[in-house]
Amino acid sequence: MAFWVIQSLNGLALGGLLFLLSSGFSLIFGLMRVANLTHGAYFMLGAYVGLSALGAGLDFATALLAGGLAVALFGGLVERLILRRLAARPPAQRTLAQVLVTLGLAFIIADGCLWIWGGDPMPLPVPAALGGAVRAFGFVFPFYRLVVVVIALLVALALWLGLERTRVGAMIRAGVDDMEMAAGMGLPVSRLFTTVFCLGAALAGMGGVLGGPILSVYPGLDTDMLPLALVVVILGGIGSLLGAFVGSFIIGFVYTFGQTLLPDLAYVILFLPMVLVLVLRPRGLFGTRAA
Amino acid sequence: MKLGAPVFAVALLLVPLIPSPYYVNVASQILIAAVFASSLNLLVGYAGLTSLGHAAYLGVAAYAVAWLTTLGGLGHLAAALVALAVTTATAACFGVLALRGTGLAFLMITLALGQILWGIAYRWVSLTGGDNGITGLTRPQPFGFDLTSPGAFYYFTLAIAAPTAAAIALYVRSPLGAAVQGTRDQPRRMSALGHNVWMVNWITFVFAGTGAGVAGILFVYYNQFIGPQTLNLTNSAEVLLMVISGGAGTLLGPIIGAATVVILKNVVSAYITRWVMLLGAVFVLIVVFMPEGLGPGLHRLWHTRSKSTS
Amino acid sequence: MAHALEINELRKSFGGLPAINGVSLAVAEGERRLLLGPNGAGKTTLFNLITGELRPDGGAIRVFGRDVARGRPDRCAHLGVGRTYQIITLFPRSTLAQNVVLALLGVSPRRWDPLTALSAHPSLWKRARAVLGRVGLAASAGKPVMETAYGEQRRLEIAMALAQAPRLLLLDEPFAGLSREERRDMQAVLGAIPREVTVLMIEHDMDVALSFAERITVLHYGQVIMEGTRGEIVANPRVREIYLGE
Repeated sequence: MAFWVIQSLNGLALGGLLFLLSSGFSLIFGLMRVANLTHGAYFMLGAYVGLSALGAGLDFATALLAGGLAVALFGGLVERLILRRLAARPPAQRTLAQVLVTLGLAFIIADGCLWIWGGDPMPLPVPAALGGAVRAFGFVFPFYRLVVVVIALLVALALWLGLERTRVGAMIRAGVDDMEMAAGMGLPVSRLFTTVFCLGAALAGMGGVLGGPILSVYPGLDTDMLPLALVVVILGGIGSLLGAFVGSFIIGFVYTFGQTLLPDLAYVILFLPMVLVLVLRPRGLFGTRAA
Repeated sequence: MKLGAPVFAVALLLVPLIPSPYYVNVASQILIAAVFASSLNLLVGYAGLTSLGHAAYLGVAAYAVAWLTTLGGLGHLAAALVALAVTTATAACFGVLALRGTGLAFLMITLALGQILWGIAYRWVSLTGGDNGITGLTRPQPFGFDLTSPGAFYYFTLAIAAPTAAAIALYVRSPLGAAVQGTRDQPRRMSALGHNVWMVNWITFVFAGTGAGVAGILFVYYNQFIGPQTLNLTNSAEVLLMVISGGAGTLLGPIIGAATVVILKNVVSAYITRWVMLLGAVFVLIVVFMPEGLGPGLHRLWHTRSKSTS
Repeated sequence: MAHALEINELRKSFGGLPAINGVSLAVAEGERRLLLGPNGAGKTTLFNLITGELRPDGGAIRVFGRDVARGRPDRCAHLGVGRTYQIITLFPRSTLAQNVVLALLGVSPRRWDPLTALSAHPSLWKRARAVLGRVGLAASAGKPVMETAYGEQRRLEIAMALAQAPRLLLLDEPFAGLSREERRDMQAVLGAIPREVTVLMIEHDMDVALSFAERITVLHYGQVIMEGTRGEIVANPRVREIYLGE
């Protein structure tokens, strides 16, 4: 019994992290039609920046912000200086070019992190206030994982409110639904794109910091996380926040239980749903468009 | 170009005369990478289907050979043939799944399928040796020749790579190759003209997989080792880089790209520790400023320069 | 006599809006039929449904007696249906001859050959040049499509369809955008189409079209509102009102 409870919490925690990682990815993909393959690297970069911030004596909250801001800044520069140049190309070439550029950037960030922080895996220290274990219902589990889940839920709520209740949110939703129409009706495409891209990157960066104590920070974290983000977004549906939410927790559970129950086939279990979705129901659970 | 071909061929044959065995080995690696990249180019450049899971086919062939020659007790030739058959079968099955989508969907399905195979290589320890991979392989001895020396292995690689490259060139220039390129450019039109777009793409997918399998066999005999890293996303990205940087949709492009990446990895890395960053930067720069790739791009620069000076 | 094309109660909607709303028509073998109708009447949609590029929501389509309603476009081509497009979808960087060769390959088993060089099939290239000759483009056979004039590209469209020796030819506005001179060239091309080929043509250019067609079907808002001979249609007041805007 304890096994199921503990693993479920682990699944929830991983789901929360995946939500931070993939919500941004989904919005960027849905609004800008860019499959941002740098997203895993943003997660990793944020984690490293957070690590340094903590090492410099800053508190956890500041480190979280620092990770998010650093990655947001980087993402903003990438969007304005590089991705924009590709936007003028004909659609068939544009998609490929964006995929390749974001891939190249992932290489650059990954090597840059290796250069600055070295090759040893480093766990992000759990802040004292959030440490320790919780005893409830006869079980013992790390308090931090509960915190991660709560933070992810709060972020999800904030994003949902933002999308549903603010003007910017309405613009994002319009753009995701029908870009041509929205742009024709005067949507400030340029500013919106940069905003969403920075937001998505920031979420990934913060996710990295938040995930540091659980996943550790190590070279290769980016290529470990990116495919997970892809699976979540494909499963949940591109451009759908609800899809990213539901998908994240489904995958969090599948991966966690898969790892412990069927370690040999853990990866197969993870990616099979993605292949099945793409083959049988390309728009995913809650998406409106196929990839 | 007409003069270049025989000069190039002679140069290829003279490589083992280079005094440093290190560079002869680099040349072998370039040949293997060239076969690998050329096979992917069939999909990316000629069929217009970008795959991020091509390392899987190289890996399947390599693992098959490794397993069959160490635990399976097969001879080198038999192992290679079985490995090619297994790789072709894998590509045939995966092609059916991948071709359910085009463009980004295709990309993501190939990525997922590649990750599934990587996961199996990494996790199914009893079959693949897990993280440790399979070691202790021996090189074949075709017709009694010993392939231990770099020069001998280079000639072996060339003897396999050259016909493979020729087969790819023939495919591209054949009626089927013309159909492949036509369906890349105007799929609707080609269908209305009577071409079976799906079948054309699927055959190309399988052929590309088999080509990668050939590279995998050479790869595993070169390294005498195979590990799960060979099938990872980074490697699929790297071979894509080779194709794009050299020039997709041209025959020489992937060869130029393969040489560029291998040289960066082996030679430049001795002088510049941050060669991966350089690789990524080269990639970004090429996509932004020379999207047709180094091959056609340099060709274009060469011609505009000679036009302006004349 | 068997019908070359038989359409029965065909229906197709896009997002709730009916584009084809119960169309029935039959074209006899060897007939020259004109499909008239204002923009948006559903004419090109009808062509797309016939060739299988679109799936109908209901109804039947039979080409030479074979059901093609839920078929693929390539199978339709193999039944002997050739078609041209309103918007030019040629292969711009290839030569005219190469374009025609692709059309020839489409109905030849040689299209599956991965082993011989395409350039080493002299019969194919000879046939391509012959077809180009029939539409007056023999001199431009080696020119890339993007270097040819619009009128020549339109004739290439027809050449590609004719190259496949179709039994049923669907022509989508062959005269669109042509100058007076180019129109005369096109008329000559159409006039040279073998008599036994059934032709269904969509056209706006009334004079030229009327001289070519024997029977006319008028389409409006996805429905056939009238069908008859040249004389009947031109004299009909409703047709004049809807189509000619009088």
